[in-house]
Amino acid sequence: MKAFTYQRANTTAHAAAATAKPGAKIIAGGTNLLDLMKLQVETPSQLIDINHLPLDKVEETSEGGLRIGALVRNSDLAADPRVRQRYGVLSRALLAGASAQLRNKATTGGNLLQRTRCYYFYDITKPCNKRSPGSGCAALEGFNRIHAILGTSEQCIATHPSDMAVAMRALDANVETVDRQGDTRAIPIAEFHRLPGNTPEIETSLKPGEIITAVTLPPPPPGVQVYRKVRDRASYAFALVSVAAIVDSARGRIRSARLAFGGLALKPWRSPQAEQQLVDAAPDTSTFNAAANALLEGARGFGDNDFKIPLVRRTLHSVLAETTGA
Amino acid sequence: MEMNSPVGPNALDAPGIVGKPIDRVDGRLKVTGGARYAYEMQQDNVLYGFVVEASIGKGTIRSIDTRAAEKAPGVVLVLTHRNTPTQGTGNHREAHPVLTGPQVTRYGQPVAFVVAESFEEARAAAYLVDVKYDWSSGKYALRANVNEARVPKPNDAPAADSAVGDFAAAFASAPVQIDVTYTTPLQSHAMMEPHATLAMWDGNKLILHTANQMLNQGQQVIATTLKIPVENIRLISPFIGGGFGGKLWVNADAILASIAARQLKRPVKIALTRQQIFHVTTHRSDTIQRVRLGTDREGRILAIGHDVFSGNLPSEQTYEDAALQTRTLYAGPNRLTRHRLVPLDIPVASSMRAPGEAVGLMALECAMDELAEKLNLDPIELRMRNEPSEDPEKHIPYSSRHLVACMQEGARRFGWDKRNPKPGQVHDGRWLVGMGMAAGTRGNPLRLSKANVRLDADGKATVRMAMTDIGTGTYTILAQITAEMLGLPMERVVVELGDTSFPEAAGSGGSFGAGSSGSALFEACDALREKLARIAGIDPATARFADGNIASGEKSMRLTDLVGTGLDADGEIQPGRNNKDFSQQSYGAHFAEVGIDQDTGEVRVRRMLGVFTAGRVLNAKTARSQAIGGMVFGVGAALHEGMTLDARFGYFVNRDLAEYLVPLHADIPAIDAIFLAELDNESNPLKSKGIGELGICGAGASIANAVYNACGVRIRDYPITLDKLLTGLPMRA
Repeated sequence: MKAFTYQRANTTAHAAAATAKPGAKIIAGGTNLLDLMKLQVETPSQLIDINHLPLDKVEETSEGGLRIGALVRNSDLAADPRVRQRYGVLSRALLAGASAQLRNKATTGGNLLQRTRCYYFYDITKPCNKRSPGSGCAALEGFNRIHAILGTSEQCIATHPSDMAVAMRALDANVETVDRQGDTRAIPIAEFHRLPGNTPEIETSLKPGEIITAVTLPPPPPGVQVYRKVRDRASYAFALVSVAAIVDSARGRIRSARLAFGGLALKPWRSPQAEQQLVDAAPDTSTFNAAANALLEGARGFGDNDFKIPLVRRTLHSVLAETTGA
Repeated sequence: MEMNSPVGPNALDAPGIVGKPIDRVDGRLKVTGGARYAYEMQQDNVLYGFVVEASIGKGTIRSIDTRAAEKAPGVVLVLTHRNTPTQGTGNHREAHPVLTGPQVTRYGQPVAFVVAESFEEARAAAYLVDVKYDWSSGKYALRANVNEARVPKPNDAPAADSAVGDFAAAFASAPVQIDVTYTTPLQSHAMMEPHATLAMWDGNKLILHTANQMLNQGQQVIATTLKIPVENIRLISPFIGGGFGGKLWVNADAILASIAARQLKRPVKIALTRQQIFHVTTHRSDTIQRVRLGTDREGRILAIGHDVFSGNLPSEQTYEDAALQTRTLYAGPNRLTRHRLVPLDIPVASSMRAPGEAVGLMALECAMDELAEKLNLDPIELRMRNEPSEDPEKHIPYSSRHLVACMQEGARRFGWDKRNPKPGQVHDGRWLVGMGMAAGTRGNPLRLSKANVRLDADGKATVRMAMTDIGTGTYTILAQITAEMLGLPMERVVVELGDTSFPEAAGSGGSFGAGSSGSALFEACDALREKLARIAGIDPATARFADGNIASGEKSMRLTDLVGTGLDADGEIQPGRNNKDFSQQSYGAHFAEVGIDQDTGEVRVRRMLGVFTAGRVLNAKTARSQAIGGMVFGVGAALHEGMTLDARFGYFVNRDLAEYLVPLHADIPAIDAIFLAELDNESNPLKSKGIGELGICGAGASIANAVYNACGVRIRDYPITLDKLLTGLPMRA
């Protein structure tokens, strides 16, 4: 850990302004940042502590959705009765993540901004284009069992580790921000995380000096909500594949389907083509196959993670069968 | 005493405190933070050290620039090979020299040691040490280098090979044959407490608070390494947060802290980080194991063979003796076991909980399951048909062996008769459900140990030994033995361990801890009883000790009236003829039920039962905890654990507890362990056998066999992860 200065932000504007400075970094729960600082993967010169900002409420929106403050802890969000009743997929995704201790500390904004778990990203003696642009990608020809099969580039094949964000992607959440001028905007979660391309070091569409203040959820869509996380042990393991599904079906027809996937890419993945295959179709094996085929178009394994292709296909089948009662 | 003859009836045979499920005497200290571990010891003027690890697998340090680190805030010393004194050498059990020269023989080898006023300053400065390397090509992966295997020649382990009869001919002509190869991965001990040391010098005397399982052995290694007399070294380690073999030997933390403390004339403290532990300390080698079983049509073994490859540094002889149990577990006239060691340029491979059996049984007991299926025999019946009447290789009797009773009792309790022998038949929603079993065995060694027990005028007994308690319950069983022998309530007994200024003891490892240290203490208590009887004018043979009194016939006296200002006695135990004339093992039978998500291939354990015999159980509660802990280890070995080697760099890729997976609470459902009554008159005066490692032995195989029974897919490459199972699992219709 390099020496750093510590500053407590009293207002969001103050926090945004402070964050604009080179080397400044926001700390909220710190569950990921502090680990990375100890390993010198992150070396901020200044930490801006936002834990005292009034961003810790879950409120109803006028549209019938929820507005989740950036500092709402993962445990609190998962336990919120409104979330449990109307957004079960989000509550389950949150509880599938990390451990109870981490969830007590981790925040909504921080969860969105957590870094990949790629082993090589975590080791500063190894090449990693995300950590050290231009140094290469050690995972491409290394141990890549946990890596991405969709949206990869020659520069980076890492995944985004969040469960929460996968559920939010299925719910079409918006990420609300404020910048140092006090200007606010709402970023659709689809556009919040970026694929690696040639700039894997740029992970989100946040600009310097722009901070997350809240995540808003539109009113819950109709249908059955499921979060299925496939992992190597029953708890405290990152998803090999996860599926957040909201599927509305009746009388042998699927009316609407939203599917978001974790463990496949550097962002929570959605495939409109796959969802399109389901709409107005009968919930049967051939429909599920068509959806899986559409989802996996262009999917590519890198050796150790080849199994993710059949795994996501099978998991999708399983989830669709569960949500449609097929 | 030496164990040269059977133990007759003794003071432990009557029902008493020994054996009872008594709570740990140190439990309160542990849950309240009162038990202080090496790194928690406070010392004025202390400095903190941080290791800089080599980031290449093999090569030479071309240059090492420490200037920036030396100028960093708080830094008082940067040790490298250029300013570190010459040390004694040897294999990892003999010496642990550090910073010896520019050669890098393995990834993670310490190349510098930064000492500063605070831990944070030391760590920050460690990143400033600029090391440039010249790489050489190294040999890292076991399988890729298996052609370079050689016969290991350790000086403190059984011979690498054993043969009885003509295995090759008997196997070739056997009507039923199994010839399978299993592989197990690199494993890390992953104990809770990291390796940590606080080193201080008082003149030429070195005091180390250090996390170490075998203090007297450690003293010796440090003496050899630092070239100082053993008597100038004191190791203190009253509490150890787990070891599993990872703290058997001396690690870099102790030596680096000692050298720096001597140079700086200040105490130096160090704890390895979790990530550092994976490379800087030892691990269990991966193995490639070929098991061959040839039987007649009734399943009687005619030929049994087990070949094991493991890896280690070229300078080491320690191998994973995974075929040891195959020499003794089943009958059969023609036998062959061979261990081969592949020289590899990766960190030192050494003992991890049940070295040998833990992974050996994961091959042998699955091969037996495959054999049972081929013979269309129940797996228990197959094992019963091969129950030996004597050790089949040494042709000596077993000291005690009740494997069949364990299997039968386990089958009854577990509902083994409900198992469908045809795999893939039992469904529960999207889960496929299966049962498996495996036999377990683990050797029962005895090691030299001494003890002193003292009874004071206030009626308090104090035990002193350089024994350790690594979380197993040693404090408690030693207190029970003392209370029983001297007729005192538990609360009048104080046990002091973990200090080399106390009588020498075996330490904790190899399942020898309780038997060795407990027997030495038994002998000491016996000697003290004799002294007390003589003072009381009572024939020691008729003396009874209870309620703080000694009594015989009508005569009864308070012990406190006999001890004057205090009376003490020494005791000692040593292995003897019994350790050669009897084949000594503990036994167990494991039963497991697993569910496999047919869609995703996820395996989840549903229930487990272990039934064991291990001689006298000294404390029913701590014994059960030990056994369950071992079984959990077995779950990890079967389903979760494994370090992945990246052979491009010669290093272990996944080295934190988020990516090196061990089972968590959610992975361990209904689990139970029971011990059947047994006394072993040949093992030691306590008539006990080792239990520290028994729980793991066979546990993993029972899980693997249950996985096969559930889905019909046999995975021979551990751990059994979903990616390996997936292709064999048909999609649900």
